[in-house]
Amino acid sequence: MELDKYDQALLNGEYGETKQKMMEILLALGKIYEAEKFIEVKSVQVSGASFKTIGDAGLSWLNTLSGKAVVPSFLNPIGMPRDEWQNLGIPDDFAKKQLEVNAAYARLGIRLTCTCTPYYFNIIERGDHLAWSESSAVSYVNSVLGARTNREGGPSALAAALTGKTPYYGLHIVKNRVPQIDFHIDDPAATKSWTNAHYGALGIIAGAISGNRIPFFTDIRPNRDMLKSLGAAMAASGAVALYHVNEITPETRFPFFKKHIEEDDREVVEIEVAEIEELFGSLEADVIALGCPHLSEEELEELASLLENRRVVMPFYIFAAEELRAKHPDLCNKILSSGAKIVPDTCMVVSPLMDKAGVVMTNSGKAFTYLPGMCKATPLLGTLEECVRAGCGE
Amino acid sequence: MLLQGRSIAKGTGTGPLLITDTPISFLGGVDPKTGIVIDESHPLLGKSITGKVLVFPYGKGSTVGSYVLYALAKNHAAPAAIINTECETIIATGAIIAEIPTIDRLNGVLPTDGVVTVDGTSGTVSFA
Repeated sequence: MELDKYDQALLNGEYGETKQKMMEILLALGKIYEAEKFIEVKSVQVSGASFKTIGDAGLSWLNTLSGKAVVPSFLNPIGMPRDEWQNLGIPDDFAKKQLEVNAAYARLGIRLTCTCTPYYFNIIERGDHLAWSESSAVSYVNSVLGARTNREGGPSALAAALTGKTPYYGLHIVKNRVPQIDFHIDDPAATKSWTNAHYGALGIIAGAISGNRIPFFTDIRPNRDMLKSLGAAMAASGAVALYHVNEITPETRFPFFKKHIEEDDREVVEIEVAEIEELFGSLEADVIALGCPHLSEEELEELASLLENRRVVMPFYIFAAEELRAKHPDLCNKILSSGAKIVPDTCMVVSPLMDKAGVVMTNSGKAFTYLPGMCKATPLLGTLEECVRAGCGE
Repeated sequence: MLLQGRSIAKGTGTGPLLITDTPISFLGGVDPKTGIVIDESHPLLGKSITGKVLVFPYGKGSTVGSYVLYALAKNHAAPAAIINTECETIIATGAIIAEIPTIDRLNGVLPTDGVVTVDGTSGTVSFA
C-alpha cells in the first residue's frame, strides 16, 4: 500500500501506541481488500456502543486506549438513556457498565450523540468520504445522500476516528457503486398508498434476496422516511450497504450510472405486492415500539398528531435522538400526555427494554428482523397508524 | 522448512499446530475465559486453542468476535498464533488488538502436526 508521511508516522508509533495499533488495523483491512492507499474521512460513526453488544471484553479493550478523535465522530445508540435509565427498569449492574462504556468513548473524543441517525443533525454532502458503522446509517448516507462509506466494524470505525483515515476500497470507489440486482414490483400502482412499514416489508424481502449486492429499484417513489425504512430493513435481512431507486436517489441521475443501468446485465427479481402484505400480522400486541431507525422530525410530528387526545393502554416506546427530543418539546409533550414514553439515546434492539417482551408491534422492517434474535421477542409488523390504534386498545 | 504468507498482525508465536478446515465464530464459539471451543457444531468442540498455532480458513459470525480474541489474550487463553487461508476483518481486527501474530495466504502446505513458529511481522511460518 502507498503510505504518506503521516500514515507512516502513525505506523511507526510517533503519535503514540493507541494510534499505532489503530493504523495497524486499518493497514490490515487495506491489505485484505487490496486498497492502494488511505484516504481522509470527513466524519465517523462508531458502533459497539451498547454494553449489551460489546460486553466486558469490549469495555476492557476500550479502557486500554488513549488519544482523541481527529474528525467529528458520533456514537451509535447505547444500551439505555443517559439520564433517565432509573425510570425504565434498566438493571443497575448493566447501567454501571454502560456508564463506563460511555466514559471510555467520551475520553477518546467520540461525541455521545447516541443515535443511528446522526445525518439529521450534521451536514453530509454527496461524495463525502466517511467511515460509518451502523448498518441503517451506512445505507442512508450512501444511498439517499450519496456520500461514500463502507460498513465499518466498531474497532475499524474507532481507528478512523483516531487517525482520520480509512483504506480506499469498496464503496469509496465510484465504479463499485453501480447496481447489481434489479427489483420490480408486480403492481406499481399499489405502491402509491404504501407507508414506511410497507417499505420496511419490501426491504425485508429484497435484502434477503440481495445478500451483499447493490439493489436497483424501479416502479417505486418513496420519500426520505420511506427510503430510510427500506434501507434499514435491507441492511438487517441482508448485508445491503447501498441501494438505488431510479430517479429518486442521487446517483441514478448521473450519466455514468445511467450508462451502467442501461448496459449492465443483472439478475431481475419481481416482488409481488401480496408478499409485502403477508408480512403484516394479526397477533395481539403486548408492547408497541417505534423509532427504528430513530425518528425523523416528520415522523415525530405525525406521531404527535396521532397520539393527541388518545391514551395508551400498554407499554408504548418511541425511540429518538436526544437532539430531536430537545428541539421539539411541544411535540414531545403531546406524545407524553398519551402515556407513551419517548426514550432517547438507545433503541429497541440494543437496550434490554424489549428482552422477552412478548409480542412487540412495530412499523420497522429492521426491528421486525432483529427482535427475535436480539431480544427473544415476537415481532408484529403494522403501519404507524395501526401501531397507535393497537397501543390505545382500539 | 519455511513457508511465506502475508503479514496480518505482527509479533512471533510458537506452539503445536491445531488445524481445522471449518471457519470459526469466536463470539459464542470459544469460551473467552478458558480458550475451549464451545460451538456444538464445530469439529474442534471441547479442544483448547490456548497456546496453539490455530489454523483455520477464516472467521465468521458477529464482529464482536474481535473483542473475544482480546478477552482470550487478557485471560492468558489466546492461541500462540493464527494462520488463515484468507483472513477477514473480524480475525484481523481481533488479532491486532489482542496482539496475536497472524498470517494468511501461505505459499505451501503445513505439516499436519508438530510445533511451528509464526512470524507475523515477516509473514512466515517455520518448522523442523
